Amino acid sequence: MDGMMVDPVFVDIAAVDEIPARGARTVSTAHGPVAIFRTGDNAIFALRDRCPHRGGPLSQGIVHGHGVTCPLHNWVISLETGSASDEDAPCVARFPLRIEAGRILLGIAGPIAA
Amino acid sequence: MDGFKMSRPRLVVIGNGMAGMRTVEEILSAAPGYFDITVFSGEPQPNYDRIMLSPLLAGDKNFTDIVLNDYDWYEANNIRLIAGEHVDWIDRKKRIVRGAHGNDVPYDIALLATGSNPFVLPIQGAELDGVQTFRTVADVEDMLAVAKPGCKAVVIGGGLLGLEAAHGLNLRGADVTVIHLMPTLMERQLDASAAHLLERALTARGMTILTATETAAFVGDEQVRAVRLKDGTEIEADLVVMAVGIRPNAGLARAVGLTCNRGVIVDDWMRTSDPEIFAIGECVEHDGEVFGLVAPIWEMAKIAANAMTGNQGPGFCPTVSIARLKVSGIDMVSAGAFMGDATTDDIVLRDASRGIYKRLVLRENRIVGIVAFGDARDSGWHFQLMKDETDIETFRDSVIFGPALDGAAGPAEVVLALPDHAEICGCNGIAKGKIVSAISEFGLTTLEAVRARTKASSSCGSCTMQVEALLKATIGNAYAPVMVKSMCTCTDLSHDEVRRRILGGDLKSISAVMQALEWKTPDGCHSCRPALNFYLLCAWPGEYVDDAQSRFVNERMHANIQKDGTFSVVPRMWGGVTNARELRAIADVVEKFDIPEVKITGGQRIDMLGVRREDLPAVWRDLNAAGLVSGHAYGKALRTVKTCVGSEWCRFGTQNSTAMGIALEKMSWGSWHPHKVKMAVSGCPRNCAESSIKDFGVIATEAGWDLLVGGNGGIKLRGAELLCKVTMADEVLEYCAAFLQVYREEALYLERTAHWIERVGIDYVKSRIVEDAEGRAALAERFHHAQQFAQVDPWEERSAGPTPPSYVDVAELV
Ligand code: SRM
Ligand SMILES: Cc1cc2nc3c(=O)[nH]c(=O)nc-3n(C[C@H](O)[C@H](O)[C@H](O)COP(=O)(O)OP(=O)(O)OC[C@H]3O[C@@H](n4cnc5c(N)ncnc54)[C@H](O)[C@@H]3O)c2cc1C
Ligand code: SF4
Ligand code: FES
Repeated sequence: MDGMMVDPVFVDIAAVDEIPARGARTVSTAHGPVAIFRTGDNAIFALRDRCPHRGGPLSQGIVHGHGVTCPLHNWVISLETGSASDEDAPCVARFPLRIEAGRILLGIAGPIAA
Repeated sequence: MDGFKMSRPRLVVIGNGMAGMRTVEEILSAAPGYFDITVFSGEPQPNYDRIMLSPLLAGDKNFTDIVLNDYDWYEANNIRLIAGEHVDWIDRKKRIVRGAHGNDVPYDIALLATGSNPFVLPIQGAELDGVQTFRTVADVEDMLAVAKPGCKAVVIGGGLLGLEAAHGLNLRGADVTVIHLMPTLMERQLDASAAHLLERALTARGMTILTATETAAFVGDEQVRAVRLKDGTEIEADLVVMAVGIRPNAGLARAVGLTCNRGVIVDDWMRTSDPEIFAIGECVEHDGEVFGLVAPIWEMAKIAANAMTGNQGPGFCPTVSIARLKVSGIDMVSAGAFMGDATTDDIVLRDASRGIYKRLVLRENRIVGIVAFGDARDSGWHFQLMKDETDIETFRDSVIFGPALDGAAGPAEVVLALPDHAEICGCNGIAKGKIVSAISEFGLTTLEAVRARTKASSSCGSCTMQVEALLKATIGNAYAPVMVKSMCTCTDLSHDEVRRRILGGDLKSISAVMQALEWKTPDGCHSCRPALNFYLLCAWPGEYVDDAQSRFVNERMHANIQKDGTFSVVPRMWGGVTNARELRAIADVVEKFDIPEVKITGGQRIDMLGVRREDLPAVWRDLNAAGLVSGHAYGKALRTVKTCVGSEWCRFGTQNSTAMGIALEKMSWGSWHPHKVKMAVSGCPRNCAESSIKDFGVIATEAGWDLLVGGNGGIKLRGAELLCKVTMADEVLEYCAAFLQVYREEALYLERTAHWIERVGIDYVKSRIVEDAEGRAALAERFHHAQQFAQVDPWEERSAGPTPPSYVDVAELV
């Protein structure tokens, strides 16, 4: 939950350009794999790389708008909220990030939601 | 009647082209049953849409698409068609039309509709093989026989016809040069500014345009080899197309003593100097004028039909015509006095960076000429204002921006505002009133029904939006364009429509498609993006750059994802045959990478399951080293070709089914499809390779090979249907390539051959593959062309260099 958050430490993980537009790359962390998404309009998001349905790797899905379709059974997850499109409650953990001088800094201390 | 049967007057039509048959159609609708009709046709085909020869050449249409009146139509209307017989005499005294093969047909009224002849430059070498004109289906066939990728084609004449020929040949892969005598292209339709933009657009497509250049001779022994210019330069040529103008075909009329000048002289009702003989179309001269576009011909047809059936109404008074260049992706229109003179003013809109140029020529606040290049959407409206001689003074400031600016009307409102006589479909000369009344009278509810009934929008399709707007306005909610299912919620267009527009609009990237077709989402969804990626790949082989991000994970990673996020690896085993070296490599890879499971698949191959994503490139590198390549088990692509042992080993085998399977697989591996495609070859009817549940199955017999299509052993079992029997091994390969290509070009994305055939019918597939030898060859040719670019082992591409970043983490924070 939001309140449990510890101050994150921001670590440089990659240049924005290393993530393909409408695609994702993965980062391995102490929290397990994290998927870094870049959308068509160049927004960057970091989510846990695990589908709430049966654990599919979201990083391997098709990115469209601000969402990603899981490659295993086509659940669509919102990158902004981490919720599956037909449910309201966020169910995929999101991680804070910052963009500085074209680099992505991932906040790894803890997820910002669920 | 009172007891006796009156014999009907006999009408004999000479020339089975657009003008002749349009007149017959007008007669049938104004006075059905009035005449006993015979038609002599110089060409062996039924009446077809000559305008559509350009898209036929370009490969956007096939012959059946462009037939206007098929043989059934003649029969249903009791018309005797004498096909392929030239008329060489009319005995005006005895009133008999004489065919060259001896058919004598008496007439009460004869109609000359002999069209025109293309002009042939009277220069040295004009008779060489490979030097030809562009007027008939036969001409297109001749061009296609030569126009292979890389061949050199020279088009003489940079007018409408020449440029359409050049465009078609360019799309067929020929290396095209256009030679034009005048300083600017299409000088009869375009002013210099628009001509310049046109030249730029054509050059950007790889054509070479030489203006102010004169041809001196064609060089070669029997076959043309080059074109020599006045300055002595020679341009290499395997094919030369002359498109330098047309002459009315009035030879027959002249020979039988009818008054002729450039064309057959007719009065306002299309009567020649002999009151029993009418003439119509491009062969006539009316009031000093000859014709080269269809719009005035439609007018003539109506007037002549009435006069011939004894209802002489108002006479012919030619109006201006609008000319459009049918080169997909280039919007260009011109009409009227586009050059202007001392008594006219111009309104010009120029947007050089977007390649848009529009010019209206005005005389006393009335439009008298139009030129539009790059954006001709408002030209229909401008043309109507011109035809109606509307005084535009009150909206002169905004007229060039089109009707939308005038009260923010969309294209739909614009059509509704047009008067009933306004022409909607330029190709077929169909007015708004006719479309609207056909919709109400026959209860039409779909675009297809309107096309079938009125022909409106059935040719080039550029008026489709207007016709849809009329449907909507006429029947309101009963018009459900969603009858054709839209691709997904990102667009209202159907799969077919999107494909049509990709080709027609020259759209070559996913973003271009989404922009041009007004996608409702910023970048589509997981359902439309893979479909678009495939449609573009199929439409523009070698040109379209595959979009990995629009591929499903398996196709992007070239391996099948498993439920735990690992992947499976299935190398190709040609025809199911392997050897010790390959098996050893597989065994080594399994041990080296700790692959948890190895399984023999249902498709005669070996599956290594549970490979970690980061190991994939290294696994492939090792497999590649033993000669193993990707099996595409992950793709909407050619999968396996199963075979049995066949005549090499089996006591019942009649043919070498294993070798045939390998040949089929070598030909078709790497090809992408709407869905996966599986094949099999069995050596005898015992069918051990299960050919009868494959997309393309082959069963050897004593006499040759049975070809089966549309089988599926998956979710819903469907036995394959017999396509045909062939005798030669080469034929198996050709039929297979043609079948795969027609499936690639026409099936909806994610529709397997079984479902596609259930939708279109096996007879349709036969009509394309079995009955149409030329069509089959052309399809096979397109398949092989696309394969040139598809047969690259994706595993080798991804494992040869450093590991691509998509297979590894960008960072490790542990
Ligand atoms: C490996 C294999 C099973 C086996 O262990 O034998 C297999 C495995 C899969 N099949 Fe299959 N099919 C396999 C032979 C078949 C066959 C038999 C055949 O090819 O002769 C069929 C029925 C024949 C047919 O296709 O008409 C078959 C009908 C299907 C279907 C249903 C297709 C349909 O049109 O109804 C699917 C689902 C789909 O494609 O959407 C499917 C989908 C799958 C997928 C790709 C499921 C998925 O999307 O992950 C499985 C992937 C396994 C993997 O990761 O390697 N598999 N599958 C076989 C691989 C053959 C090969 O060598 O490439
Ligand atoms: C490639 C191409 C593209 C075109 N594009 C357009 C366009 O976009 N817009 C437009 O408005 N127009 C276009 N046209 C022009 C249009 O096709 C013609 O205006 C129209 O076909 C003329 O009709 P017609 O019946 O007079 O002649 P045709 O259609 O040529 O018909 C004449 C027929 O008579 C036959 N014939 C001749 N002599 C005899 C004889 N003695 N006995 C028996 N039969 C005979 C001929 O074989 C031919 O079949 C195009 C033409 C071509 C070739
Ligand atoms: S039959 Fe079902 S479970 Fe077995 S491989 Fe095919 S898709 Fe997977
Ligand atoms: S695991 Fe993601 S949808 Fe099933």
